[in-house]
Amino acid sequence: MKTEPRKELIVSAIENGTVIDHIPSHSVYQVMKILELDKTENQVLFGTNLESKKYGKKGIIKVQNKFFTDDAINKIALVAPNATLIEIKDYNVIVKKQVTVPDQIEKIARCFNPKCITNIEQVPTRFKVVDKSDLRLLCHYCEKITKKENVRFV
Amino acid sequence: MKNRSLVSINDFTKAEQIQILNRAAEFEKNPSQRILQGKVVASLFFEPSTRTRLSFESAVNRLSGRIIGFSDASSSSTSKGESLKDTILTVSNYSDLIVMRHPIEGSARWASEVATVPIINAGDGANQHPTQCLLDMYTIRQTQGSLDNLNIAFVGDLKYGRTVHSLVMALSQFNTTFHLISPSELKLPSSVKMYIKEANLNYYQYLDIAEALPKVDILYMTRIQRERFSDPMEYERVKNSYILNNSMLADSRDNLKILHPLPRVNEINEDVDPNPKAYYFQQALNGVYVRQALIASILGL
Ligand SMILES: [Zn+2]
Repeated sequence: MKTEPRKELIVSAIENGTVIDHIPSHSVYQVMKILELDKTENQVLFGTNLESKKYGKKGIIKVQNKFFTDDAINKIALVAPNATLIEIKDYNVIVKKQVTVPDQIEKIARCFNPKCITNIEQVPTRFKVVDKSDLRLLCHYCEKITKKENVRFV
Repeated sequence: MKNRSLVSINDFTKAEQIQILNRAAEFEKNPSQRILQGKVVASLFFEPSTRTRLSFESAVNRLSGRIIGFSDASSSSTSKGESLKDTILTVSNYSDLIVMRHPIEGSARWASEVATVPIINAGDGANQHPTQCLLDMYTIRQTQGSLDNLNIAFVGDLKYGRTVHSLVMALSQFNTTFHLISPSELKLPSSVKMYIKEANLNYYQYLDIAEALPKVDILYMTRIQRERFSDPMEYERVKNSYILNNSMLADSRDNLKILHPLPRVNEINEDVDPNPKAYYFQQALNGVYVRQALIASILGL
């Protein structure tokens, strides 16, 4: 019998649902917020500071009986650009894919410009992603670019 | 263009922009036409800008339209804490078109999304001022005969100057070669250079006017403000490098015209004014024709 423990079982396996792997540890709570897992009725398991060969430390989230649309899941690319999405049915992996940065980002990020209407009145934010690798967001309202290092979340 | 808002110059296609300029040329020939009879235009100036407001109001009056509105925020319900959305929804009920000037960036886009009538952006903070852009395009075409294949220099505050941003975006459609002259702290932002690059056009950056001046057809001057500098010493050091005087024009092209969005402070010496290459006062007059054309087109008249 093999004694080596299966790493992914540190946070226990799920029967049906979605696993989001390779999240930077410090972004796990942001991912939960973006996917509104803080409001869900579904069972959510998560771990932070797990060991990862590729990234040193990583986070993981597992959600029972829930599957996300591409649009919903791609929103997390802002905080977890290397995340992997795994969909599980009857303990089997059905889908495994990387998140991709979407063309448009709505409501989740703040514009860095303090003089922007979105920071002054109750206006939901909207950005066009003008650079996907370096994450540069063009505000639909003030037309200024928010860079990766200045991105804040609503 | 009927019933469409104009927030940013690229809300209109190149063909639509040219259509406005052509219509403006008709109003230049015949400025008083009674086509706006029975129409109400709201003129909402949340910050004062007498020059722009009078230009719009003159345009409406020459077309026999009516104007309602206010000329600064203290006389609007904003001073009582009303949101922009509520003000716009209310004024939509009273007018066929809203002209809006507001200090907050992106306010005009937001207004255009909540309003039930079209919005013309008359300046939203440091962001956009598309009617200034159209009048600049009109003036360039008027003085050079065409907008295509020109060498155009922008001088001064290219970082915060919104008229520069809009005009660079618009001219990127016309095979322009750009000459960008500014202190290093006030260079054109990358978000605007993006339009030049996407059009596969060239731009050249300079620290002083003299080097670029002999190569250009249009010299577009802007004001440099002290408060834009993080280091006041830097302002003192560079301020005189961006002042144009008549002797500097000796080697310039015959067809050169000098433009400025006005008001100027000291960046164009008054000894330039009598030079036939100075064109900034004629430029301002074109604003009325362009605004007449825009209002008429948006109202479908
Ligand atoms: Zn913004």
